[in-house]
Amino acid sequence: MKSLGRFYLIATLVFLYTPILVMMAMGFNESQLYELPFTFSTRWYDALWNNKILLTAGMNSIIIALITSVVATALGTMASVALSRRTFRGKSLLQLMLLPPIAIPWLITGTAMLIFFYWSGIGRGMHALLIGHVALAIPYVVLVVGTGFRTIRADLEEAAMSLGSTPVHAFFSVTLPLLYPSILGAALFAFAVSLDQFVISYFLATPGYTTLPVQIYSSIRKGFTPEINAISTVLLLGSMTVILIFARFAKPGDTRDKR
Amino acid sequence: MRNDQLTLAPARGPSGPRNGRALPPWVSTTALLMPTYGWLTIAVFLPLLTMFAFSFLSATPMGKAPIVFTLKQYRAFFDQPYLVGIGITSLLIGFWTTLICAILGFLAAVALVRSTFGKTREMLLILILLPFWTNGLVRVFSWTMVLRENGFLDSLLHMVAPDAGSIGFLYTRYAIVVGLVHGYLPYMILTCYIALVTIDDAIIEAAASLGARWWTILFKILLPLAAPGLISGAVLTFVPVIGSFMEPRILGGRVGVTMGTVIEDQFTQAFNWPLGASLSFTLLAVVLAIFATFSGVLRRGTAA
Repeated sequence: MKSLGRFYLIATLVFLYTPILVMMAMGFNESQLYELPFTFSTRWYDALWNNKILLTAGMNSIIIALITSVVATALGTMASVALSRRTFRGKSLLQLMLLPPIAIPWLITGTAMLIFFYWSGIGRGMHALLIGHVALAIPYVVLVVGTGFRTIRADLEEAAMSLGSTPVHAFFSVTLPLLYPSILGAALFAFAVSLDQFVISYFLATPGYTTLPVQIYSSIRKGFTPEINAISTVLLLGSMTVILIFARFAKPGDTRDKR
Repeated sequence: MRNDQLTLAPARGPSGPRNGRALPPWVSTTALLMPTYGWLTIAVFLPLLTMFAFSFLSATPMGKAPIVFTLKQYRAFFDQPYLVGIGITSLLIGFWTTLICAILGFLAAVALVRSTFGKTREMLLILILLPFWTNGLVRVFSWTMVLRENGFLDSLLHMVAPDAGSIGFLYTRYAIVVGLVHGYLPYMILTCYIALVTIDDAIIEAAASLGARWWTILFKILLPLAAPGLISGAVLTFVPVIGSFMEPRILGGRVGVTMGTVIEDQFTQAFNWPLGASLSFTLLAVVLAIFATFSGVLRRGTAA
């Protein structure tokens, strides 16, 4: 039974990774029409270097992801402090309000943003993308930092205060240093969420300001060359790296209490 | 407004000297919460309300045409019967994707819990989850490389049978389902795994020593115990799948017309925002009904 289980898991991994590996390999294939036999070539990566549109879109994606990560981590951590350490009425409602950005299909959220931003005069473009990306990333930050809070004992802070520390000082000198791994993990997660976000960006981007996923989507629909495989490979490896670093900070699926 | 609802934080432990002009706790609590909820209000809640209002307009308020309040956008399902067919297609794609994910994901979670342990299990779990957190668009694009005519699948076939025709099934509904299963399987494995990992091995050993066969253990012990994970996994697969539009677009081609692509079209091609808004809201109503039905299971699932 054990070997059957392992075989099944390997089959699952083959199913999950085969298309990705095939896509990556075709980025190194000479033929423009993806014809086989496979002939190794880096011409599509060379072409990528001269593709201003894809490179600009990639740069936009990274800048948006960086700003989103910083803003969402700051706001989400603040909210997490209140939600984890304070008691007040309406708390469960506020926790419930974190779910829509994660749980409602992005198509609905994205089109709603498009309508509201148009109607209110906020418009589309970089600032609109930032508003949307930060909103999507905040709930994840609150969740990741909140998990971190659960592993830190509240009485450490109280001990510091009973020894004469002010609440603010106790937070910054006792709790925050213990929270750093969670906060860093949350920042990485927010970065990855923004970098990979396509649906919201698709409705809020303008022809003059797009992100990489939006540009890849329009290329796929208009007809494409293995250049798209090359840039997709770069994007995939980039976000995998970020997620693997994140996994070092907060183990996914690990719900044990580290207290 | 919100401040009125806040009550004082509970009394702290023994407190040392504080500076005399300490603010009441609700002030700082509000200050901590304000930025996040203000942001979410502008970015998510006001947009949803605006979209709800838009769904009652007679036309997109951009041209000179007079705008009146109407329910006609919600009558679209009766006025344009083809929408009913598209809605059914979306639900069917959602149903098959969820069912296949549930079967494959449950078995993978069982295999993880029963045949692996320690570092190997941790590694496998990370490997399974890694694709889930990468770009979905790129993963869908990857499938076109495998399923297209003379793609990877055909190459494999031609290695065995050089004269065989093409078995590539890109631009069919099967392709859409395969792409969606690939996208959401990792999540189903995770939710089932979380439910199964807490099961005490002794229960299964006890059952086995009392003569239970493997299918009895699988269906009478593991399946019921994994049910909360299966249900939350199913909800969290079905909901995004019925709202998907790029997967049907890229993998379905001309047959890939779903609720998602129709809504996308209203905003990017047809420019009929009120119709798009009413369809979006119909979809949202379905989603909320699903969440309401399974809220108990979902809450227990996330609280674990």
